[in-house]
Amino acid sequence: MNIIIIGDGKVGNELAKLLSEEDYDVVLIDNNEKKLKEAIDRMDIICIHGDGASADVLAQADVAHADLVIACTSTDECNMLSCLIARRLGAKHTIARVRNPIYYQQIDILKQDLHLSMAVNPELIVAEEISRLTIFPDASKIETFVKGRVELVEFQPPADSSIIGVSLADLYTRYQVKILVCAVERGGDVFIPDGDYTVCEKDTLHIAAEHRELEKFFKLFGARRRDKIRRVMICGGGRVSYYLASRLIAMGIQVKIIEIQEDKCEHLCELLPKATIINGDATDHDLLVEEGIANTDAFIALTGMDEENIIMSLFARSQNVSKVIVKINEDRRAAMIRDFGLNSLVSPKSAVANSIWQYVRARKNSQSSANVETLYQLVGGKIEALEFIVKSSASYTGIPLKDLAIKPNNLIACIARRRKIIIPNGNDSIQVGDSVIVVTKDKRIQDLKDILREG
Amino acid sequence: MNYRMILYIIGKMLGVEGIVLLLPALVALIYREPSGIWFLVVSAVLGLLFFLTGKTVPKNRTIYGKEGFAVVGFGWILWSLFGALPFTLSGSIPSYVDAFFETVSGFTTTGSTILTDIEALPKGMLFWRSLTHWIGGMGVLVFVMMIANLEKKSSMFLMRAEVPGPEADKLVPKARDTARLLYLMYFALTALEVVFLLFGGMNFYDALTHAFSTAGTGGFSNRNQSVAYYDSAYIDGVITVFMILFGINFNMYFLLLRKEWKSALKNEEVRAYLLIIAGSIAVITLNTLSIYKNVLHAFRYSSFQVASIITTTGFYTADYNMWPELSKTILLFVMFVGACAGSTGGGIKVSRLLILFKSIRQEITRITHPKAVTLVRVNGKTVGKETLRSVYIYFICYILVLAGSVLLVSINNFDFATSFSAVLTTLNNVGPGISLVGPVENFSQFSVLSKLVFCADMLLGRLEIFPYLLLLSPELWRRKF
Repeated sequence: MNIIIIGDGKVGNELAKLLSEEDYDVVLIDNNEKKLKEAIDRMDIICIHGDGASADVLAQADVAHADLVIACTSTDECNMLSCLIARRLGAKHTIARVRNPIYYQQIDILKQDLHLSMAVNPELIVAEEISRLTIFPDASKIETFVKGRVELVEFQPPADSSIIGVSLADLYTRYQVKILVCAVERGGDVFIPDGDYTVCEKDTLHIAAEHRELEKFFKLFGARRRDKIRRVMICGGGRVSYYLASRLIAMGIQVKIIEIQEDKCEHLCELLPKATIINGDATDHDLLVEEGIANTDAFIALTGMDEENIIMSLFARSQNVSKVIVKINEDRRAAMIRDFGLNSLVSPKSAVANSIWQYVRARKNSQSSANVETLYQLVGGKIEALEFIVKSSASYTGIPLKDLAIKPNNLIACIARRRKIIIPNGNDSIQVGDSVIVVTKDKRIQDLKDILREG
Repeated sequence: MNYRMILYIIGKMLGVEGIVLLLPALVALIYREPSGIWFLVVSAVLGLLFFLTGKTVPKNRTIYGKEGFAVVGFGWILWSLFGALPFTLSGSIPSYVDAFFETVSGFTTTGSTILTDIEALPKGMLFWRSLTHWIGGMGVLVFVMMIANLEKKSSMFLMRAEVPGPEADKLVPKARDTARLLYLMYFALTALEVVFLLFGGMNFYDALTHAFSTAGTGGFSNRNQSVAYYDSAYIDGVITVFMILFGINFNMYFLLLRKEWKSALKNEEVRAYLLIIAGSIAVITLNTLSIYKNVLHAFRYSSFQVASIITTTGFYTADYNMWPELSKTILLFVMFVGACAGSTGGGIKVSRLLILFKSIRQEITRITHPKAVTLVRVNGKTVGKETLRSVYIYFICYILVLAGSVLLVSINNFDFATSFSAVLTTLNNVGPGISLVGPVENFSQFSVLSKLVFCADMLLGRLEIFPYLLLLSPELWRRKF
């Protein structure tokens, strides 16, 4: 599959890295020659120096034979225009990053007229991820499948939790919770557990379940505290804060936003009448104490400076705020603070790159009998969770799972049938029309039948 | 430095050479020559080395530019050291230094020889000699990249260290696909030449060896008199055309394949290259009229020689040592120029000279208009400052290496034309020089030291100096940082 990426920014670079390692033919276009030089040294791709909106440059990139053009330069107009031109020159699909809220509000019209296959709003994606993280305070990372009905969370049991020492078989029978532990991270190792596995302290569990079941589970095993998030403090008043705050307010959560620029504050005040907007410096210790950092349930650092975000969150942790979420733009900085105890890090660039990547994978598989709907990389890419839709009957449909010869290190985590979510046991079977979520260590799974043993 | 990874990649390279050595063994089998057994012996040794170095995959697989240069630098030397073994073991070339010289001359597509009687060698050995040209022409590592699965992410570092010219370009996003595509075009052109030569009445074996030598722009012939042996205007013509074709940047053929006629035909480098050839042929034809008496004859010999020298092939149909001074000097000049970047030819490369001349013009503009803003443009595209700097530095290094080598070779006490043209011809990967190293002479009369200097020059010329300068710099080997 030929993919052209316009813009070697953070997202463009990350995408090029992800896609070129996956055996796609990637062409990267940017007008910064120095950055391109770095890119070509580190990845197996072609780089073209020039403006992505120029037909000449696109022709050089052989746009006529491109399956996908992804425009993620810093300006929306350039992205949309590049996609339009690429489409006219013969590209099959286009994706544009559109971040201006005004454009995004009318995205349906734009998508139709510009023939965009997908429009990505990075701030909205980040806000969605953070809002999910906020709602399950014990889990550190949440992804959704089956259009949001199944959630996949990362959970490190607190030291005093009663789950420690319980085996998985016990967990399912004795406690009657309909959840599935699909991967366990211990030290640097990752494995897919079976029934004999017992939960140890310091293990990180990856759990798939419905939202309601998750709530039940966290009530049973989560750290003891007030169950619900009621008060959230957000530092920084950018677009992510706006999207996030409006989501949280809709859920009846009290939101306090601290922003340093007065005009931004006024603007937010206008847009979010229910939120408390504070005009001040969020790195000011006294201000944070005065605004009651000790009494907030969640602290979210969203300023533009990674360093400020890190310092504020460390302070919030020292004040016993139960949930601290930090936005970190630069992966390299995130790697530096891995052992600081801040486990909810959000990287806008990976969030956006992941959402586009999912689309690419799904695109590539759309012709086969089962189809990758969504794909998540867990534990730093060591494990993947894929969602397939069974479109027609196959060798594995209608057979109880216990009779299917599934390769080791693969797991059917969940089956969604019409309105029902099934956490399968050996007696369940896959039917035509089901959405099936597979957790796998084998990265080359393209189809449901790939998890079955040959013959 | 990631030593483990360097060793690992070099191990793979040696494994590929082991496979390649099976080809001459096959030829020896066909002609029932007992000397062919030595190809199998060396091949087995290489297979063992491949197995030993490839047993454990290194944990840290990241390599950078310096590792890329080190791999290329050592890889070429080791390929030559092992490639020389069959010659010495079988007794075809008794002295190992001579055999090493011959193999380096083969892989670097130089075509200088120390053999006085070429036809005395077994056919398998002569086939191996020409095959080294064919593989060395497109690049040993590019060849390995096509066959073995090398590190994907760092492939650019390896390509850049080996592909000739100021800038290495990929044709398609994946390095492996690029290598395959290059070899596909290379293979197709070679096959085409074989067919044409067969039509000229050559036997299949001769056609194959000569096509290999033309393709790599090497110049080894299995005849003592080189192409002059056939004394056929048709064969001269075919080889002339194919030499010129192999001296053209392969990116242009790719553009032609993609049917982008316009950008292919507008290539400034190719135009300059063809212009230089046409000009040189015209002057030499006129200049040699006094010898050949006939315009057509003069044209036939001069065009063959100009094509042979500028593409750095080094075949000959005429002893140009007998030509007038002007003709000889022009041949020396085109030796400097060399072929296009991204071709199989050697020399300074037309694109570098284009950049140098344009820089001179830019400097003159700057003197007349001190505040003028000027750019160097090739093919309508601005040449980046980085590239400009690398071209200047390359040129300076080239001159320094040339001067140093001439000094070392002059110990032999031959005349200046011999020493100078011998160094020039090896550094530019041409083959024959003038005077005592002229087309009908060979390099056997030089001392061992000089031969080693020539080997170094050939490798420096083919890999464009920097990989070896880097290997000599202590900074590369220091453990800390």
